[in-house]
Amino acid sequence: MDGVALIVSQVLNGLQLGSIYALVALGYTMVYGIILLLNFAHGDIIMAGAYILWIVLAQLGLNPVVAMLLAVAGCTLLGVVIDKVAYAPLRNAPRLSVLITAIGVSYFLENGAQLIFGADAKVVPSFAPVSSIQVGGLSLSFVALITVLVTALSTVVLTFLVQKTKLGKAMRAVSEDMGAARLMGVNVNNTITFTFAVGSALAGIGAVLYVMAYPQATPTMGMMLGTKAFVAAVLGGIGSIPGAVVGAMLVGFSEVFVSAIGLSVWRDAVVFLLLIIVLIVRPTGIFGRTMSEKV
Amino acid sequence: MPSEKKKRRPVLVQVETPNLIPERDLGTIPVLQAEHLGIDFGGLTAVDDFNIAMGRTEISGLIGPNGAGKTTIFNLLTNVYKPTRGTVLIDGYDTAGKSVAEVNRMGIARTFQNIRLFTKMTVEENVLVGFGNTMRSHLLSDMLRLPSHWKQEAEYRERALELLDIFDMRKYSDTLAGNLPYGAQRRLEILRALATGPKVLLLDEPAAGMNPAETEELMENIQKIRDEFQIAILLIEHDMSLVMGVCEVVGVLDYGKIIAKGTPEQIQNDPRVIEAYLGKQEVK
Amino acid sequence: MEEELMAEKRPIISTGGRGPAPAGRRRSLPMAARYAINALLVLLVLVVGELMIDGGAVTRYQTSVLQQVGVYIIMAVSLNVATGYLGQLPLGHAGFMSVGAYGCAIFIMRLTETLGMTGRDVVAGGPLVGLVVFAGVVFGGVCAAIAGVIIGIPALRLKGDYLAIITLAFAEIIRVVMLNIDDVLGFELTRGAAGLTGIPSYSNFLNVFLAVAVVCFLVHTMMKSRHGRAILAIRDNEIAAEATGVNTTYYKTLAFVVSAFFAGVAGGLYAGCVGVLQPANFGFMQSIEILVMVVLGGMGSMLGSVLSATVLTILPEALRAFSDYRMIAYAIVLILVMIFRPQGLLGSYDFSLSRVIERVMNRDFPWNRSKGTAEGKEAADA
Repeated sequence: MDGVALIVSQVLNGLQLGSIYALVALGYTMVYGIILLLNFAHGDIIMAGAYILWIVLAQLGLNPVVAMLLAVAGCTLLGVVIDKVAYAPLRNAPRLSVLITAIGVSYFLENGAQLIFGADAKVVPSFAPVSSIQVGGLSLSFVALITVLVTALSTVVLTFLVQKTKLGKAMRAVSEDMGAARLMGVNVNNTITFTFAVGSALAGIGAVLYVMAYPQATPTMGMMLGTKAFVAAVLGGIGSIPGAVVGAMLVGFSEVFVSAIGLSVWRDAVVFLLLIIVLIVRPTGIFGRTMSEKV
Repeated sequence: MPSEKKKRRPVLVQVETPNLIPERDLGTIPVLQAEHLGIDFGGLTAVDDFNIAMGRTEISGLIGPNGAGKTTIFNLLTNVYKPTRGTVLIDGYDTAGKSVAEVNRMGIARTFQNIRLFTKMTVEENVLVGFGNTMRSHLLSDMLRLPSHWKQEAEYRERALELLDIFDMRKYSDTLAGNLPYGAQRRLEILRALATGPKVLLLDEPAAGMNPAETEELMENIQKIRDEFQIAILLIEHDMSLVMGVCEVVGVLDYGKIIAKGTPEQIQNDPRVIEAYLGKQEVK
Repeated sequence: MEEELMAEKRPIISTGGRGPAPAGRRRSLPMAARYAINALLVLLVLVVGELMIDGGAVTRYQTSVLQQVGVYIIMAVSLNVATGYLGQLPLGHAGFMSVGAYGCAIFIMRLTETLGMTGRDVVAGGPLVGLVVFAGVVFGGVCAAIAGVIIGIPALRLKGDYLAIITLAFAEIIRVVMLNIDDVLGFELTRGAAGLTGIPSYSNFLNVFLAVAVVCFLVHTMMKSRHGRAILAIRDNEIAAEATGVNTTYYKTLAFVVSAFFAGVAGGLYAGCVGVLQPANFGFMQSIEILVMVVLGGMGSMLGSVLSATVLTILPEALRAFSDYRMIAYAIVLILVMIFRPQGLLGSYDFSLSRVIERVMNRDFPWNRSKGTAEGKEAADA
């Protein structure tokens, strides 16, 4: 492969990986923004999405479009159920308790999946219509292109949702001051549930795109993916939508770069090191707001 | 492990001896002095050009309408907020660049408007935290329970109980601070501050939530503390009976600036103060 | 009036119908006696345990489970220093454990090699072996403490969630380094993913539980001193602690480093129990399991940590037949406890044998107490 093609394909790889991280990171960021909870179970929602795809495509043999829709819907539902069952009873509990509950939920989903589907990887049949397309003499991965496009579109829609709609306004109000929002007539519980639904739907889209690129499902697949996306959200400044996207791209590109120079075993370490450096220099991430306690 | 006490040489600043109001303090350097102190939050000037010089045993009051910047001044004096402008000197030493804990060790202790006790520790332990910096036992001697540990622990527990006696709180010594009645919590905060051995004590609304009888008692206690410990006390208070009854100097703060300063009598008759509190009267 | 009742922590002592004993005449045990009682108790456990193992009443398998219990008690008690007492949420405790485990194992392997001891010599024991193992475990602890300083100084500048993330990140880095360091430096140190094998089984019931006793003692004495009070003060109110002259940076680092040191000690003993070390054993999930022990037991309660570490180590072994369901059960229990008892099963309650004896000496039994004061006590403990 010649130099230009190599660079183009690596850049596309970085964008693709970054996009998937971004979709997951957006879910982390939204939930954190509204109830200050690091939703550890978020990565496992992707795992659930991957298994839904496997069931629908490999077991039921239905149309890929149906599979994708079901995956996104299933993830959304799962996110809402998790919030209602595990987090809603703890709305006024200490944050540490909610965080540990989130860890418990993550544990539950991973081990539940292992119990139902077994520990081995389930191969999802390929459902991308074409593998690559030719642009000006360059062969570009179709999956990568579609991933980047879908992510860009999702981010735009999400930004519009948060900035321009009534629900978005309610979300911002709740994240600013839950008590005041309630007094102003915002239905806080519904708003939080809606946030979980949107975040989980994005994770569902992320699951579809991820499985398109890496066609298998394992019980623990959500853990590393979730952790990286979460690192991305923190890097960008948790609670910030552009922050999540920028952080995710940083993580995606650094991983691709480290692998490209032949140090792929150090890939995870580099990502975490990047996080540490950013947090030391800017303790609330790149786009994070500094909050200080009133004395 | 970083060393517990950083050996930083304090900066002794030469100051002119201002005319301190209580005559007994004349000729000494002020124990607390602030010059042109100010802070901006974003574009907002919360405190501007605040000056104070307190004598060693002076009791001063800081009054002003809500939001005038009184608590902000306490936060500036204790380095909780880093001042944008101006200097703070404790007994002649500059506090610039010091941490909150270091400023405390230089001789300034405070209470908080919204009580901040160590709620899950006993009353005695709260006071002992205050003594923590004068206790010298080494970590290993504490962990291995060497005789020096026992000796020191017994000595300081006795001192803590003696301190609790000031407010007749010995009976509460084993109670969790969070379970104390409200008034006792305020008193405990004062005792904890005293345990750090301050030269200046800052009290942020000590009488808040107290009934007139308790306020009366607090007034006596403030004077008692000053006399017994020979320290200066600066207090923020809305209760005018307390301020006028106990303070020798009163400063009035409005919109982050001192608008009047003087003895309680002078303040009570100052038209600017009346204006700040009641608003300007329309004069035809 | 009601407030007064709430405030009374020590119940009024009722001496069998003869009215309350006058205050100040409450009989108490001298300190020396308290320590003697606890030392005797530890000795008793050690001797009985050792006799049962020697006599064959406890199988080899059960002994090895007991050793694991000891290791996890130390892990939970050490994490409790940073979580329950300091009030932070480090998510990388297994990282410190791995540093201690590798440090201790490599140290002991190299030292026994130099001294010309075989694995059998180590198992046979003797004063020299005891010294070697002691030095190795302390070395493991020191390695972990150094890692604790390196991680703690940047991490403790952050608060809450960010601290949790950064410790998680550090632990992952430690894991990746353990996996790949041999390739980079060309040493035979950790042997990467293949695992460090041939570690002499230097851990036994006696030294593990001696270590448990020593660690619990040292953590207890630290917490009941000016240093411990400073740490608790930071947990309760950091701003007030600073204003009261507590050097918060120093004490946070201290708690963190002490926590790391003991995790390293536990790691060293763990290496001697299992004989094989792989970086994969010390992942995020391991950190979480230890956190679960601390949280379930009750943050800030040493007895809680000890009990839940014991139960959660023995239970999976006892439930081998249901191993598929055990992790699910784990997760459900965790969620339920958080929803219904967020302070953990024991809250911050701590058991003290001496206190029980004092109660008996003062004839202060629950059935002697009037209702009001009993409620007051509960309120004070909550």
